[in-house]
Amino acid sequence: MKEHETLEQRLHEQGVSRRSFLKFCAAMATMMALPPGSATAIAAALAKVKRPSVIWLSFQECTGCTESLTRSHSPTLESMIFDMVSLDYHHTLQAASGFAAEQAREDAMKEFNGKYLLLVDGSIPLKDGGVYSTIAGRTNLDLLEEAAKGAAAIVAVGSCAAFGGIPNANPNPTGAVAVSDIIKDKPIINISGCPPIPAVITGVLAHYLTFGALPALDNLGRPKAFYGETIHDRCYRRPMYEQGKFAKTFDDEGARNGWCLYELGCKGPTTHNACATTKWNGGTGFPIEAGHGCIGCSEPKFWDAGSFYAPLPAPAADVTTVAKAAVIAGAVAAVVAGAIDRGKKTKAQQSREKLTVDDLKGE
Amino acid sequence: MEQELLLWVRGTGLQIAAAVFVIGMVYRMLHILMLGRKKSLAAPRGSEWSGGLRTMWKRSFVTTKLSARGNFTVVAGFIFHIGFFITLFFLTQHIDLFRAVLGLHWPAMPRGVIDMAAVLSIAAMVALLVHRFIDPVKRLLSDYQDYLSWILSFLPLLTGFMLLREIGFEYITLLTMHIASVELLLVIAPFTKLAHMFSTFIARWYNGAVNGFKGIEI
Amino acid sequence: MSLDDISIKVADLHSIGSLDALLNEIASHLTRFIATGETAMIDLKSLPFSPAEYESLRTALGRGEVSARLETIGDSELYETHYSGVWWVTHYNVEGDVIADLIEIAEVPAILHSQPEDVRDGLERLQHTLSQTK
Repeated sequence: MKEHETLEQRLHEQGVSRRSFLKFCAAMATMMALPPGSATAIAAALAKVKRPSVIWLSFQECTGCTESLTRSHSPTLESMIFDMVSLDYHHTLQAASGFAAEQAREDAMKEFNGKYLLLVDGSIPLKDGGVYSTIAGRTNLDLLEEAAKGAAAIVAVGSCAAFGGIPNANPNPTGAVAVSDIIKDKPIINISGCPPIPAVITGVLAHYLTFGALPALDNLGRPKAFYGETIHDRCYRRPMYEQGKFAKTFDDEGARNGWCLYELGCKGPTTHNACATTKWNGGTGFPIEAGHGCIGCSEPKFWDAGSFYAPLPAPAADVTTVAKAAVIAGAVAAVVAGAIDRGKKTKAQQSREKLTVDDLKGE
Repeated sequence: MEQELLLWVRGTGLQIAAAVFVIGMVYRMLHILMLGRKKSLAAPRGSEWSGGLRTMWKRSFVTTKLSARGNFTVVAGFIFHIGFFITLFFLTQHIDLFRAVLGLHWPAMPRGVIDMAAVLSIAAMVALLVHRFIDPVKRLLSDYQDYLSWILSFLPLLTGFMLLREIGFEYITLLTMHIASVELLLVIAPFTKLAHMFSTFIARWYNGAVNGFKGIEI
Repeated sequence: MSLDDISIKVADLHSIGSLDALLNEIASHLTRFIATGETAMIDLKSLPFSPAEYESLRTALGRGEVSARLETIGDSELYETHYSGVWWVTHYNVEGDVIADLIEIAEVPAILHSQPEDVRDGLERLQHTLSQTK
């Protein structure tokens, strides 16, 4: 069996200094939300690991997740991440195409059977035999089931792979489902988000390599280190929420002063993700810092949860029309019941025997 | 799962609750009005309108004249109702809801006021329940509807307060619980004593109008 | 004219609770460092600071006598703050984005030390060069 070299060997070959590696590990520790002092321990563990084979399958997706990953931090750091793994199949990134590409996938599956990491982005269509998304003439379902058999673990990258995402949104014309709806016998880690934070994808890979196991997961299969808290919990505008300072429109005084975006539809309180601390674009900021509320993209069904601009307390469906119809229905029912009552009353009055003067005289 | 539950209570659940509440309330209130009153043949000594409207307004306040019911019940009841009213209509999140459903909105009250109103309201409710258990007359008069009404009104207040402070559970869980408790209240209210949230004004009008007609100073 | 008439606006550094808490944490780490020599690190990226609070922290800690610069996979800036033993370590990538932002309580930040592996490598290279010039 072919074995990949260790990360230390690989980096040493490339002339990367130990100090650079330590710096990289410090960045990793920050990324994984581990205690900052653990960089040395991470370095020791990472140096010894054999680079695992990674097969990346892309199904019903927009390539946004891959875009996100390839833009993670600097090209140098990202290349170090890719140095940590051997990406043996990724049909967007690899040079090979056609039969050669599929051959690479099959070779990796055979050689590293039971050991490779399977990364999946995109949902899997099940309707009409899965014809809505095929690769090299094979359905996504077929490819996933085959690749999952020999995988050590599966990482569902993005909300589509994790929860069905946008293809799964109402009315779900292709019958799209998540990886976890199909594969039940392998450890699955969900890295949700549309796209997920690049640092979270790489952080999970680093965690897997460092500790040789998947990180602790929440009840939706997401790593707790990144999805343990809500956007609202770590939002720098949280004090504004507590003080009841809410922006009412996107260009009012409150918005300009950085007040809470709750009333403008921010889904921060119900969304678990690390955007508020890890941030985007190399730490530049995150949506709320740019003045836009959180849309909740790392949660299941986020596309069907009502308007992005409707505040959380607002109904997610049309209640006004229902209420209007209910007023009419109630009124009709009352009028009918009233008419029946009146009829009974009149009838009772008519059937009453009248007391006449003669009756009184007769006594 | 949590997201799906929240989505249901914010969507379909709310539609069902709103439909049942509105149909039930409109039916019951119109039905009462349609019973009508027999035309009085006596010559009026005062206005039915001014008597009715005055009574509707005046009975919203605590007066010593009402102390026959016991000062404790009146005062605690008043605090509960005012607190409930303030939190329901003046919390900014609730105004968001009214704006979304009715298209109407008005200024919110500061969080501190809301917090105080909620705490006082909750305390008053607890005190009233204890009093209901202790007081022999009240206990005798209470039936299952009284306890049901208490629970139905208490849950939204409690879960709402917990939600504002994020006590005990995650925000999403608390929000789901809060909305669900309100929906339960909406669905059951029209068919129990809780229908007094509307019928009380009809009753006051009736009382006041009769007195006004007779020329009693109100 | 009394002193009160001179309008000086003092920036309120302690208005935000999280900054206070952080300074207290640094103080307790320093106490332990003096007593036992135990070093510590605080990950600033894990704390939800607003840009203004972050600046207040910079002002509160100030700049001390020593600063150093690392040039590897992008720059790293290290400097001792106004409080000796408290170092501010910021790692950048080649594009200049912050990839790690740390407060380190130590004599010298660990990463500044020459690494034994690199020293060994360096010696090898030096010996190689010497053997070439002989």
